[in-house]
Amino acid sequence: MRNLSSAPRLGLTLLALAGLAGAQPARAPQGRGAPEDFANVEIHTLKTQGNVFMLVGAGGNISVQVGKDGVLLVDAEYPQLSGKILAAIRRISDGPIRYIVNTHYHADHTSGNQNLRKVGSTIAGGNVAGDLGAEASEGASVIAHNNVLGRMSGALGKAAAMPQDAWPTDTYVGDEKKLWFNDEGVEIIHVPSAHTDGDSIVYFRKSDVISTGDLFVTTSYPIIDVAAGGTINGYLDGLQKIVDLIVPVYGQEGGTLVIPGHGRLCDLGDVLNYREMATIIRDRVQDMIKKGMTLEQVKAAKPTFDYDPLYGATTGFWTTDRFVEAVYQTLLPNKERGDGKK
Amino acid sequence: MDQVRQTKIARLPSLILAAALSSGATFAQVNLGGVWQNQLDEDFPDRLAGPELGDYAGLPINAADRSRGETWDASLLTLPEYQCRVHPADYASAFADIRIWEEYDRDTQNLVAIHLHHFAWGTERTIWMDGRPHPPEYALHTAMGFSTGKWEGDILTVTTDHLKEGWFRRNGLARSDRAVVTEHFIRHENGLTWVTVVNDPAYLVEPLYRSRDYVFSVAGQIAPYPCESVEEIIRPKEAIPHHLPGTNTFLKEYQAKHGIPEEAAMGGPETMYPEYRSKLAGAGARPGK
Repeated sequence: MRNLSSAPRLGLTLLALAGLAGAQPARAPQGRGAPEDFANVEIHTLKTQGNVFMLVGAGGNISVQVGKDGVLLVDAEYPQLSGKILAAIRRISDGPIRYIVNTHYHADHTSGNQNLRKVGSTIAGGNVAGDLGAEASEGASVIAHNNVLGRMSGALGKAAAMPQDAWPTDTYVGDEKKLWFNDEGVEIIHVPSAHTDGDSIVYFRKSDVISTGDLFVTTSYPIIDVAAGGTINGYLDGLQKIVDLIVPVYGQEGGTLVIPGHGRLCDLGDVLNYREMATIIRDRVQDMIKKGMTLEQVKAAKPTFDYDPLYGATTGFWTTDRFVEAVYQTLLPNKERGDGKK
Repeated sequence: MDQVRQTKIARLPSLILAAALSSGATFAQVNLGGVWQNQLDEDFPDRLAGPELGDYAGLPINAADRSRGETWDASLLTLPEYQCRVHPADYASAFADIRIWEEYDRDTQNLVAIHLHHFAWGTERTIWMDGRPHPPEYALHTAMGFSTGKWEGDILTVTTDHLKEGWFRRNGLARSDRAVVTEHFIRHENGLTWVTVVNDPAYLVEPLYRSRDYVFSVAGQIAPYPCESVEEIIRPKEAIPHHLPGTNTFLKEYQAKHGIPEEAAMGGPETMYPEYRSKLAGAGARPGK
């Protein structure tokens, strides 16, 4: 049931977020290029299945899980869109935003943290609440792999720090973190050295929906942030992890649904097609490296040629050349690459 | 009493006319319902055992799609997750018998949808006839896609989008998930012609036209089509069978076996048209070796 008393508060919140629209982190680290005009961006809502909705805007897709405990978000897009995103969430649920899970550190998925977490609240009580008072429950918890905190705070890598309000508040360092929220198990699964070194996929077990972050997209070749620890083989491992979690109804369809980091709602068949493409291109580049070809020779051989109509780009943030460079660079033998990674 | 009855009777024709006009195209013009047997003598290579490797003749594919075909390895279909992959809506018409049935709104008797069941893989399609819009681009794509239909005279014309990636021919020629398919179902008494027009901005240079013929079956039954994946070949889970560019030695077999020149076997829009034969003859083309 909708809580009518929240309506005035919602208006104030939206007003506040509208005012925050200009509070964009000045030095956002890597990620997709932001749109030039946020005013024209619409946030579209799509019910997937169970308790999970998909919000589509200008940045990474947001997954929204709702229920009696409140709202859990996977990623937060850009701060300029926070007002529209919150309005879209409120059309689904009046519940408090309790968690924001960041799939990785890029600004198109995380720079909205600071606004959306402020309008939420952490579940707190007992000694913690006693010691910290009201601050204990202030703002939603932002969960991410520990390397996300390292990247966003500037402790890892060379990217400038993002505003502290956007940083994760609850990090994990192992293979996964588990939550029970809104009557379902939520698995946050780390995939090492894939899109970045801090990737998580989020599996809503009862709703049977996986939110992949940029470990799977439908709009471009795999985006591999080499500077942040991403590799093509790690990326393929991540796709395999997603495939392993999926149970289709029949053939390659239905059953588990997949919300990609960018692009449309998917299921097993789409992930398999993407894994097929990425594996074939990896194998081609690997073969060229074995033959001693330089990066320029590999690019000239066009190892992506047959997939370019689907994923290729010559302009914009993630061009075909950048993808081939990333594949080549992360397949080079260790001593030639010189970064100590496998 | 009689006066009331007469008034009602007098109104009836106008009500029927009004209902017919108001419901417009939602009434089925031709009944397509029933079981239809497909005719295997048409495009036989596409049926049963399937097309030969390297046979792309007559398909208006572009160079990128040709490359998809050349590097495709049929062993891909031995992977457990590929074994029960269904034929997409635009290719399923090439296979086996179908059942068509209509769904009407009980109260208005307006045609809501036409349903289609394919024997092959037991797939089912819904062709919405109630004027509903297509879903947004960010919605799920499926093998059957999202279809809406309308009557153009006695021809049912169907538009399908939201398709998953499929194939033009099941020898590696991919059809992209951006394709939009237009179909025409044309009944000639006990015959049904099913015309499929595929527009694919990613992999076609021109639209691909296909037609399939079916015969009405009075006592037709369609058997179930169960499919369960098994481990056919022990291999690493992440392995994807494919040929590296330039290494597929099977591509020439079709050309040599049938005496088809290589440039014709490799397809492209030109190879669709009758005049292509004379062009080949004029150029002194030789069968591939």
